[in-house]
Order: sequence, then structure tokens, then C-alpha cells
Amino acid sequence: MDKDFKAEENSDAKKAPKRLAFIKTRTAARVKSEEEEMVMTFPNLVVKEIIAFQVMVIVLVLISLFVNAPLEWIANPDHTPNPAKAPWYFLGLQELLHYFPPVVGGVILPTLTVIALIAIPYFKINLKKDGMWKEHPRQTLTGFLIFVGIVSLILLLFRVYAMLVPTIMISAIMLIPYVSRREGGIVGWLGTRPLSWWVMTWFVIIAVVLTTIGTLFRGPEWRWTWPWQGIY
Amino acid sequence: MKKLLHQLYRSQVWRSIFRHGLPESNRTRAEAVFYNFFLHVHPTKVRKRSVIFSYTWGLGGLSFGLFIVLVATGALLMLYYRPSAPQAYWDMKDLQFVVSSGQFLRNMHRWAAHAMVAVVFLHMLRVFYTGAYRPPKEFNWVIGVILLVTTILLSYTGYLLPWDQLSFWGISVGTNMIRAMPLGLGEKVSFLLLGGNIVGENALVRFYVLHCFIIPVAAIMLMVIHFWRVRKDGGV
Ligand code: HEM
Repeated sequence: MDKDFKAEENSDAKKAPKRLAFIKTRTAARVKSEEEEMVMTFPNLVVKEIIAFQVMVIVLVLISLFVNAPLEWIANPDHTPNPAKAPWYFLGLQELLHYFPPVVGGVILPTLTVIALIAIPYFKINLKKDGMWKEHPRQTLTGFLIFVGIVSLILLLFRVYAMLVPTIMISAIMLIPYVSRREGGIVGWLGTRPLSWWVMTWFVIIAVVLTTIGTLFRGPEWRWTWPWQGIY
Repeated sequence: MKKLLHQLYRSQVWRSIFRHGLPESNRTRAEAVFYNFFLHVHPTKVRKRSVIFSYTWGLGGLSFGLFIVLVATGALLMLYYRPSAPQAYWDMKDLQFVVSSGQFLRNMHRWAAHAMVAVVFLHMLRVFYTGAYRPPKEFNWVIGVILLVTTILLSYTGYLLPWDQLSFWGISVGTNMIRAMPLGLGEKVSFLLLGGNIVGENALVRFYVLHCFIIPVAAIMLMVIHFWRVRKDGGV
């Protein structure tokens, strides 16, 4: 079949070919035209990729020249180190094991985390771009207080202060834009944060706090130790 | 000199490898991308916004870069490593004291592995905070989460291989967590993983095969799909 159109011939690196859409149903004539600024991949992107990769390799080489990977004595099942620690990315989990029964800390919570991460894009609430207090502030407040209350109570029950303190601090910050409806400044900015933003930020802060505690602040018998008393 | 180079660029051998001329016009710049096997994952033009460094922080690309470094150093390490107890540990000692640059090789592999876990996590945060998980990219986000889990598993299975106290007890702690799985599932899964009830030689061989073959192959396949979908979903 013969094409009844001609491809645009264009040497302008900053223009994308125009796209047309035919809207067959009757609609209000409100079709917007938007144009994204484009650049040629070569060299604009390719050069940046090469530089980024090279800087990364240089940094790795420098670290590897000066810091040796640890190697302790040969594995010995009869000699348990105290404390026995997993690699750092699991120490947040290991810290949870300290508070909760193994099924909760070792199985349920990590599984729920992965499921929650996977589910993010499939729930409308996570696609909202409006600040969390924009719509129905009253109902939102009730729900918010009940939820934070229950979570705090559970954390208090298990004495998980490492999670309780950040949770309450973040909740307090979340309430600031509810109390003060200022438009500008930091308060205004906080007011534009959607709920999903807060939940993720809460998750990241908790993960960082737990991992840091597990890595730097836990010694024999998983007791609290300060980093200057030794890092185990 | 310049003339000589130009003659080289025009020679048949050069042209058989790089079919396009020098990237001096937008046409040849586009050809430099889509006639090149390695570059043709990219479109010939990209959004200006997405090449600004502070939009992506290059984190996805760096995750991939670290993976490449890990494959390269890992393949070299395999030349000196035998996955049997206690030989594995003596091979580590040989890497430290006998093999030229052996310690450096180990260091590169170890630090790149730790960095990759962190960088992939940061990449996830970048994607979240720029809202890039929204439709139509939702499934690529799912693949990403699986990639994050895969990355952690890669790092973790490698952790056992030096067969020192750190490895042994680090893995014991983790497999004890698995034992906590309900319905008697824990015992079964951990037996399957360790090839026994404790971390022993069978576990070492299993972790070796997982670390050097099964999980990397899975990771590569997932990455290929991930990159393909970045484009199919409309680019960054
Ligand atoms: C081995 C791990 C991974 C590699 C090598 C990788 C690589 C990449 C690359 C190269 C890009 C292009 C844009 C950029 O550099 O930011 C990208 C985009 C993306 N990645 Fe990943 N990624 C990995 C893990 C993840 C994870 C853990 C997630 C999320 C849970 C994720 C979700 C996404 C999404 C949704 C995009 C599209 C972003 C956009 O269009 O702006 N990826 N990835």
C-alpha cells in the first residue's frame, strides 16, 4: 500500500516529529498540543553514560586499592561469634527479630514489604498527585489518627522504640500542613506531598534507622553498644 | 594526521564495521545509535529532561554498570576458586597472598557487590519520587522490585563463598529466619537451600551454583526485559 503521508525530514536536534491524533467521538474541542524538547542521543546521552561509568570504575578502583575485603578465620560451626550478624542489608531485619517473634520479623514483615512495593502502581491512592489534606481533610484526619494510633500502640506493646520514635515524629510533621494552611515555604511544600510520598518516606526512614542500629549500635547478645565501644 | 584519519574513516574495513560516517550531522548521529548493537537499546532522540543528570542521577545505568564490573571480576575470581570446604577458604588465602592482584580482584568484586545493593535501592527511590512508576510504567516497576530482590539474593549467596566465619554465620542467621516460615514450610525450604540441616559443604555448592549461574542468568533476563520496557513504555 502506498503511504499517504510523508515522514518529516528534520535536522533540528531539539524537535520531535509531530504526532497527530484523530478523535472520532464527539468531544469538546479541547485537544491540547504538547511538545517535549528532545536532544540527539549521540552525543548528549552517550557521553554522559560513558563519563558516569568511568567515574564509577575509578571510584571502585580507588576504594579497592586502599580497603581490603574482610576475611576472618575459616568457618567453624563450633565457634559462634557473639553477635552473629548477617550482611548490612539484612541488619534492619535482624533488628526486627530482636523485637518481634521470628515469624513476624523474619517472614511476615519482609514478605509484606515486597508485596506492598509491587502493589504501589496498582492503587489509585498512590497515583494521586494532590497533597494528602487537599480532599476531605476531616475524614482524612480521623483515618490518619486511628491508623497512627493503632500502629503506635503495637510498637509500644513490643517496645519497638526504634520505630515508634520516627513514626511519631513523621506523623507530627504530616500534621503541620493540616494545622497551618500556609501556601508558601516549607509548610506549603509539605502540604503538597501526597499520601504515598509520606508512606514511602516513612518506610525509607524506618529502614535506614533500623539498618543503622543493627550495623553500628548492636553488640554481644544484641545489646545496645555505642560505635566507639566497638563495631560488631 | 587528520587526513590519515579521514582516510581511515572512509576505508572499506572501517565502513564494514561502522556503516555510518562521522557523527557530524543529525542523520549520522542517529545512525551512530541505531547501527550500533550496543547503543541501539537507545532511541536516536531522547527527552531533554531525561538526560539532565539530576533527574535520574544515572542510578539505573550505574546499577547496570556495577553488574558488568561484577560479571567481569567474578569470572576472573572463578578461575581461582573451588567450591568445596575447606578448599574454598584456602583459595581465598591464595587470592590474598599468592595470585597477582588477587586481593585487588576480590576487593573490586566485594565493594561493587555492596555498592550495587545500595545503588539499586536508590534507583528505586528515584523512580518513586519522580512518580515514574505511574501507568504505563507500572509493570516495569514490578520487574524492578523483582530485580531488587534478585540483586540482594545475588549478594547474599556470594556472601557464603569465602567460607570464613563471617560467611558461615551470616548465612546461618539468614537461613534461621527462613526456618521461621509457618506450616512446616521453613524446614523444607531451608533443607532445599542448604542440601542438609546445617550450613555445610552441600550448601556451599548450592550457593555457588546459585551465585555464579542461576541467579545471574535470571538477573540478566530481567534486566533485558526491564530495558526493553523502558522504551516500550515511552522512554524515561
Ligand atoms: C538490577 C537492577 C536495575 C537495573 C540495572 C535498572 C536499570 C534501569 C535503567 C538503566 C533505567 C533507565 C533510567 C534510569 O537510569 O533511571 C531504568 C528505569 C526504570 N527502572 Fe530500573 N533498574 C533496576 C532496578 C529497578 C528497581 C528496583 C525498580 C523499582 C522497584 C526499577 C524501576 C524502574 C522504572 C519504573 C523505570 C522507568 C523510569 C522512568 O521511565 O523514568 N528498576 N532502570
